Amino acid sequence: MLWCSGPGEYHVDLGPEERALLRELPIQLRDAIIANRDDTTLRRLFPPAYANDARADADFRGLVGEELEESKAQALETLAKTADATQLSEDEMDAWLRALNDIRLWLGTLLDVGEDETAEIPDDPPHILYHVLTAIQSLVIDALSGEF
Amino acid sequence: MASTAPLEVKEPETVEVTDLARPWKVLVWNDPINLMSYVTFVLQKLFGYSKQKAHRLMMDVHTKGKAVVSSGPREKAELDVFRLHEHGLWATMEQDS
Repeated sequence: MLWCSGPGEYHVDLGPEERALLRELPIQLRDAIIANRDDTTLRRLFPPAYANDARADADFRGLVGEELEESKAQALETLAKTADATQLSEDEMDAWLRALNDIRLWLGTLLDVGEDETAEIPDDPPHILYHVLTAIQSLVIDALSGEF
Repeated sequence: MASTAPLEVKEPETVEVTDLARPWKVLVWNDPINLMSYVTFVLQKLFGYSKQKAHRLMMDVHTKGKAVVSSGPREKAELDVFRLHEHGLWATMEQDS
């Protein structure tokens, strides 16, 4: 469970297995980004800005690529640091939202997740993990969009 | 106001001015990973769109494959793309043709 009790006040009630994932996965992804953000498994985290202009895209990446990497690394670190918290601020909840999404983009790319919503979901551990993260992210979205 | 100095007439650089004035549009593309509720939430958060407008744009992305989510001068478009990338949306920019 994850809910909002007032402006900037979020409460988190998750099981120990989920907490463990939120401690470990963000650090793994952060390390992968630092090691090589151009790695093909990270392509969804750093998509091209100029789809039809490689030169403009390289300029843009040169200008803001590091800032984008830093922003993502910070959100991931905040998630890992607050993985065991029962109460979160607005900024922390926002970091959870973005970090969870980046982890899902990474994992979804590795698993080659497709658009077909009727396709049977394999129940091997990586796919289960992906769906656990999707469920937690949905809780975060609901808590952030909730009115009180 | 008057001046006796000869006027230096410059040929207006019509082509370039028009080119610069053409606005840029920011597109979000459909992808199988980002949740529909997430895309709607991010569009509301970043652009201040109403829930209805954000939902409509998200549905365009989902059903048509892409949607123009903002437009303006190049600098603004680049900032918008950056913020969308910060949120993991598949955003690109291009100049209006």
